[in-house]
Parts: sequence; C-alpha cells; structure tokens
Amino acid sequence: MEKTYNNKAWFLVLPVLVLVAFSAVIPLMTVVNYSVQDTFGNNVFFWAGTEWFEQVLTSSRFHGALIRSLSFSLVILAIQIPLGIFVALNMPRKGIGVPICLVLMALPLLIPWNVVGTIWQVFGRGDIGLLGYTLRTLGISYNYATDPWHAWITVVVMDVWHWTSLVVLLCYAGLVSIPDAYYQAAKIDGASRWSVFRYIQLPKMNRVLLIAVLLRFMDSFMIYTEPFVVTGGGPGSATNFLSIDLVKMAIGQFDLGPAAAMSIVYFLIILALSWVFYTVMTNYDTANR
Amino acid sequence: MATTTTTMLRETASSHHEALGQSEAVARKMRRRGRESRFWWLVPTLYIVFLMLPIYWLVNMSFKTNTEILGSFSLWPQNPTLRNYMVIFTDPAWYSGYINSIIYVTLNTIISVGVALPAAYAFSRYKFLGDKHLFFWLLTNRMAPPAVFALPFLQLYSSFGLIDTHIAVALAHCLFNVPLAVWILEGFMSGVPKEIDETAYIDGYSFPRFFVKIFMPLIASGIGVAAFFCFMFSWVELLLARTLTTTEAKPIAATMTRTVSASGLDWGVLAAAGVLTIIPGALVIYFVRNYIAKGFALGRV
Amino acid sequence: MDFSWMAWTTPTALFFLSILTLLLGMGVWEYFSPGGNPRVGILRFETTRGDRLFLSLLGSAFIHLAWLGLVSPNLWWALALSVVYAIGVFRFV
Repeated sequence: MEKTYNNKAWFLVLPVLVLVAFSAVIPLMTVVNYSVQDTFGNNVFFWAGTEWFEQVLTSSRFHGALIRSLSFSLVILAIQIPLGIFVALNMPRKGIGVPICLVLMALPLLIPWNVVGTIWQVFGRGDIGLLGYTLRTLGISYNYATDPWHAWITVVVMDVWHWTSLVVLLCYAGLVSIPDAYYQAAKIDGASRWSVFRYIQLPKMNRVLLIAVLLRFMDSFMIYTEPFVVTGGGPGSATNFLSIDLVKMAIGQFDLGPAAAMSIVYFLIILALSWVFYTVMTNYDTANR
Repeated sequence: MATTTTTMLRETASSHHEALGQSEAVARKMRRRGRESRFWWLVPTLYIVFLMLPIYWLVNMSFKTNTEILGSFSLWPQNPTLRNYMVIFTDPAWYSGYINSIIYVTLNTIISVGVALPAAYAFSRYKFLGDKHLFFWLLTNRMAPPAVFALPFLQLYSSFGLIDTHIAVALAHCLFNVPLAVWILEGFMSGVPKEIDETAYIDGYSFPRFFVKIFMPLIASGIGVAAFFCFMFSWVELLLARTLTTTEAKPIAATMTRTVSASGLDWGVLAAAGVLTIIPGALVIYFVRNYIAKGFALGRV
Repeated sequence: MDFSWMAWTTPTALFFLSILTLLLGMGVWEYFSPGGNPRVGILRFETTRGDRLFLSLLGSAFIHLAWLGLVSPNLWWALALSVVYAIGVFRFV
C-alpha cells in the first residue's frame, strides 16, 4: 500500500510514545546512572566509574550465566522449531478436530508462569509427582534438585511443554493460508511428500517461522520465573540463567551497581540480536512484496 | 495484505477448482491421500497427551487431601475432597488475589489497546519523520527483559505513590503489551484498503467519527486478537506484578508463592489455586478459538 | 515527587544529552531532507542515515565493552576507535 507522507501522524503516535517512554526511558536512564555508582542505600551514591563494567565483563559468574542462557536458547530453538513444524503439519485442517486441537494446545500458553513452574516442580518430584514417581518405579534415578543434568533436562522439557504450542499455532496459521490448488498441482506433478513440504509448505511458513524464531529466542533468553520456581537457579548454579542471576544480584544482594552494569550488557546483547532478526524479517518482507 | 490477500487467495484457489473441473470432495480426498498415512492423528494426539499430563496431575492433586498426596501414590483421587477449593473460596487473602489479577489485567488490556489503536493507524497509513525507527524502538521494549526493569520500576512507582495499586501493574505491563498491540493491529489495519478511508473523508466523515463508526468495526477481529494477546501476557507475567505490589493489589500467582513458603507445604491448596489460575485462560481461549489461527496469520505475530 | 533515586551524575547526564542532541539533529536533518538518503551498502540491504546512526551507536557500545573487558580500563582509545568505526559505517554501510 502506498503511504502518504504526513508528519501529523505523530499526534496519533503520541499517547503510545508518552506511555512507553514513561515505563521504558526513565528506568533505562536510572539503570545507566546506577551502573557507574556505588550505593549503601538511602539514595546516597558514590562515583565508581567503569569499575562495575570491568567487574562484570571479567567475572566468571557473568560468563557462566551468559553461556548458560545462550545454550538454553539454542537448545530450545533446536527442539521447539522442528517439533512445532512437525505437529503443525499433522494437524487436521477441517472439522471438529480443529477447535479442539487449538484450544488444548493453546492452554499452556495461558497459564501464569510461576504456576507452570509449580506444575513441573510437583510433576517431577519422586515422591508425589507422576513423572518422578514413574521414572523411579522404572528404576531410573531422577532428581532435579540435586543433579545438574536432571535440572537442565527438566527445565528444557518444561519450556518445550510451555511454548512449543506457540510455534505450532504460528506454523498452522501459515499452513492454512495455502490454497488447495497448490496441493492439487503438486499431486498432478506426482510430487513426493518431502517435495510438497520443501517447495510448497516451507516457503509459505517462512515468514511465520521467522516470527516464531524471534519470539522464542527473545523469551527463552530472558526466561526467569519458570526455572526460578522449579530449581531456584540450582543445583549449585547449574540453571542460573542471566535473568535469575540479575534478580539475585539486584534484589537479593542489593548490589545495584554490578546489577545495573550487567543489565546494560544484557540489554545491549538483546538489542543487537533483535536488530539482526528484525532487519532480516523486514528485508524478507519487502523482498517478497 | 491480511484479509484481502487471504480472500483473494481463496478466490483464486476456488476458480482454479472450477477450471480444473474438480469438486471439493475430490480435493479433500487428494489432500488426505497427500498425507500418505492413516496415522496422521497420532502426532497431535500424542502431543496433546504430553501437554495435558502435567495439568491433569495438578487437577488430580487438587481433589486430594494432603495426607493422601503425601501418603499414597494414586492416579486419581481415592477420597475426592473439595476442601482445598473451600479454603480458597472462604479466605479473602486467597480470593482477593483473583480479583486483583483480573482488575489489573483488564485495565492493562483497555489501556494497551486504547493507545495502540491510533498509533497502529498512523503506522499503517502514513509515512512520517522517524517512523521506522520509532517502530523498532517500540519492539525493543517487547524484547526488554523485565528483570532489568524491576528495581527502577519499584522506585519510579514509589515516587508517584502508586506502589500496591492496580494501575501501577497495569502501566508496568504496558511496557511489553503496547508494542505487541501496535504490532498486531498494524498488521490487521494494513489489510483494510485505503480507499475506504478516502471515501469516508469525501463523504464528510471527521477522523474520529470515521475511526469509531467505520474503521473499528472493520478490524474488530484484529482488536479481539490484540486484546487476547494483551490479556495473555499480562495474566501470565509475575515478576513485575509481584515487585510492584505488597498486599492490596497482590496478584493470585504471587499469593500462591507466599502462602507456600509461609504455611509449610499445603500441596492440596497449592494445586487448587493453580487449577483456578488456569480457568480464566481456558475460558478466554475458548471464546477466541476461531480467531487464534487467523490472528496468528494476519497480524504480524 | 522525589527523583533523587535516579542518582544523576554529570557524566551520565552529558551522555544522555549528547544522545538527545544526536536524535534531534537527525530529526532536523530528516525534516529538511526527507527520505534519509537510502542506499545499499556493504551489508547488501538498504539503509538510511538513521540506520547508520543506530549501527554506529550500538557498535560503539560493543567496542567500549570489548575494550574494557579485553584491553584496559582506559576508554579514550575505545572512543577513538568508535569514531573511526562510525565514520566507516556512515561511509560504507
């Protein structure tokens, strides 16, 4: 659509601008201010310069949390995207099955995040949880509270359980927009199941897949509540992701300076990655118009 | 794009049908055969079972007594009890949590969609100074981790005397819901042809009258989808909601965590409270079920 | 209303003022010469001068962080490097 150039449109954007600036810009400025100062409470601050940044950038604690968060996001993407596509391909397109599938699949998305944590905390316990009890009966020793690997697997399975439906719904929305004529043409050409997927379905899903990757990456990179409820960052620091570490530092230990410096580094990483994703997405959009 | 494109595609598809002289039934048969398997239903079924098992376990626990939960392991309640639900419905400390959550979620949905509507219209219809950068800046707020903002928010809202009010949580959630609402609505609005606006202006409609009387009904499903997503993200978020409230506006999800640590581990009540937090979400999905797939496809989310 | 919790310092205030000045400057420039001088640079997609400014600022932030983490706390060299980088971005991207 051809858009007209009109700077009066700014007035329509103004309410959003004021509202978001109030909740985003003031806190962001405050975080920057904290990051160069030291405090012992009561709003008394001392200049610290770049000390906190040095401390954060060279601390193994931050490196550990960053690596954990990045690998968590990669594992999540590697599982959820293919699984989501696979389930979406096998969804019914018509009939009574469609609303049933959609409603049931969307259900985990609308559960408060700490309840998701609670559900899995209970589900995985060896004494009262179905999963933990079953595994124990089968003779597999499983305890997410003491074994770092088990904690990781639990958190990953929980996230798969929680968010794969988002990928499924996005892909499904892309798939139902494919006209029947495409499938008929493929049938006439004698195309295999794989080439139907590769040349008809995948290109149609490209755009929604990009959105899915973007949303899943961002949300898994800043995951906080669910693993916090299940493992509290432990055992040791095995599931101490960036957000968890940040909240521990800022609210738990009241180390405002280091926490603020860490927030800024964290935010810059997210900003850079978002920009890359966003640019890829918009350029893909314009290229396809 | 959006609606028109889909309908256009459908029309092309159906005209192809007629051109090929094939009936809908044949097409359906072909597509079914295209799957090359009678077991396609296995995948969604298994997936749904995987999704439902943990939820079932929670429901199961909520009907058991604590002695039964801890004492014996059973797949369904042996002595079903409603005690856990009674505890919640009779104790104001519990049920006021639900009321608080619903109040701030509703407030947030109204504010987010209200301010996002004109902004999305501006983005979908006009080019203006810095529009693309503004749009990206809005989206970065959707991507900003709430953990970064928790502490400054606490102080910001304290200085306005808003701590422990519903409006504080509603405003804080605008941080990620407003950008999302703008994003979704912009996608829907771009699907409405611009000629409609122009015709209305020629007919003598003022902008506000046109927007409310003609434009908003056209994107009603888009507004529904945007409201659904705002509801969803505000309902599930806890970190900010918990930071900004102490007692008066405490959300149910936060009440849960506190009661667990205070009164030992009352698993039954915890499970019942969890089940009750799932219900509003389930209701909302049920009402918008026909729009979910559409909303995902047409909006940009 | 008490805003002392924001803990302003002269350097951070100057930092935000210069960002604001840059944004205003870009706004004025864009107002008098709309379109943002779009071109396809070495990144092989269209960028406007606003994109170039964003890339310069974000890149500078990372240069400063890298300098601080890997080289030394003396950031004047990082600043110089950032300026070179920004010129490069405005010239080639």
